[in-house]
Amino acid sequence: MVSPKPTIQVQDLRLAYGTKEVIHGISFDIRRHEIFGIIGPAQSGKTSLLRCLNRTIDFTPGVRLEGAIRVDGEDVRQIRDVFGLRRKIGMVAPLPVGLPLSIYDNVAFAPRCAGVKARSELDGLVEHCLRQAALWDEVKDRLHTLGTKLSGGQQQRLTIARALSHQPEILCLDEFSIAIDPVTTMRIEGVLKELQSSMTIILVTNLVQQARRLARRTMFLWNGRIVQLDASDVIFSEDPGNRQTYEYVHGIFG
Amino acid sequence: MTDGPTNFIETPFVRRKRRAESLAKWVFLAMSFAMVVPLLLILGFLVARAWPALSLDFLLDPPVRGMRAGGIWPALLGTIYLVVISLAVAAPIGILAAVYLNEYARDNWFNRLINLAVINLAGVPSIVHALFGLGAFVLAAGIGKSILAASLTLAVMTLPVIIASTREALASVPRSFREACWNVGATRWQTIRAVVLPNSISGILTGVILQVSRAAGETAPIMFTGALFFKAVDRGDLFAYGLLEQCMALSMHLYVIATQVPGVPEAVPYATAVVLLGAVLLVNATAIAVRVYMRSRKKW
Repeated sequence: MVSPKPTIQVQDLRLAYGTKEVIHGISFDIRRHEIFGIIGPAQSGKTSLLRCLNRTIDFTPGVRLEGAIRVDGEDVRQIRDVFGLRRKIGMVAPLPVGLPLSIYDNVAFAPRCAGVKARSELDGLVEHCLRQAALWDEVKDRLHTLGTKLSGGQQQRLTIARALSHQPEILCLDEFSIAIDPVTTMRIEGVLKELQSSMTIILVTNLVQQARRLARRTMFLWNGRIVQLDASDVIFSEDPGNRQTYEYVHGIFG
Repeated sequence: MTDGPTNFIETPFVRRKRRAESLAKWVFLAMSFAMVVPLLLILGFLVARAWPALSLDFLLDPPVRGMRAGGIWPALLGTIYLVVISLAVAAPIGILAAVYLNEYARDNWFNRLINLAVINLAGVPSIVHALFGLGAFVLAAGIGKSILAASLTLAVMTLPVIIASTREALASVPRSFREACWNVGATRWQTIRAVVLPNSISGILTGVILQVSRAAGETAPIMFTGALFFKAVDRGDLFAYGLLEQCMALSMHLYVIATQVPGVPEAVPYATAVVLLGAVLLVNATAIAVRVYMRSRKKW
């Protein structure tokens, strides 16, 4: 069996803020249409990694980046249409950020930025994305009220809808369940399982169980280094073959 | 002390803490009040002295008999011209510069230099601005003493403060909003237009409007660059001045009738001061109203 061409290739990635190096040369591949889990404690470089991926790291001054990140074979640092790159990657932040716009405008923002103007096309997109994010039924009657007035769980689904609105091929979720209740979390996890057939999903999470439920492969990142990267079945088993992994996954780390 | 509640007995430490708390509150309150008292006294004093002269005719009539009688229309009109033109120049430049400094500029020596210039320009005394205006606009640019030269001088004076207040308003928009926009592939300009400006416009406008009072009140910058001792203007004529003519102004007029002209009835300078103060307070009240209105529509 030939393994499919990786969607994302990371090679010897080093990242430093000023003189402080936070990622110390890591390499891994993410395959097409898999859910790829990244677990690890705070300060292990998970969010920084995501920000390198869509180059929003550019907005932080004093960053030094070495190594290569390839998305569909292209080095992200050589890409000239960085806005195209960002549209290809949907990004969901830990805390829901509803833009101070209406629900409709929150979702229509990205397509509009990309030049979509036709009302009918926008209407269709907004409905499609809100349905994908399992939010449509709750908000379809008040699309033109403020997105910031929604509850926390609804806002997080709104940000997922927004991340889907530019029709990305890769969806990154950065600890998406940190501010929402377990029931909503389960709903979103269901959404992710459905989305898996059409896109690659990178799931950064603090919840070990969440990675176990969703991810096919999981990477344990700690202090900017990969401790272990393997099938989730192995990582979360009783014998992952690595003591640190075992202790972190089973809550006896430290 | 055997009966009664025993769980929350006040220890000496708690008692001291409580007294310090109420003392602090009263000190702060007294200081706030002390700030209001002079304002009320000044206003009361001025209005009482000015009362005999105040009327609608005083606003709309030109001064007569060597400025010893009549009204202040030419000066009021001149001040309006100066303020409107100077803000029309300073507000766009200041706001756009602030957007650059806050949204685009990276932390390098060039932008630090600009920052330093803005801060220092804000601290320059108005008489120095006056000399600069005289040298740059009146003489070097060849505009001559005129409303235009005086307005430009006032614009240079208000510009740094407009930049500072606009930057503050922009900085109050959370960074997470910007990041959310960048994440979906928006450019900086798309982000600024869709999210940053709509949510900071109230602060920006307030900062600009507050500069009206400064532009209206300063005498020095316009004295050398365009203000005039006296000019005959018809009652209530709105278009009495051309852009390249000199004009009268309230602050200058007040200075003149208070110190240069003998035999002015006592109420007239006071009435002029009341009009100047009233106009400024009116503008400030507008700024507050705008801010309250905009804040009521704030979306997060």
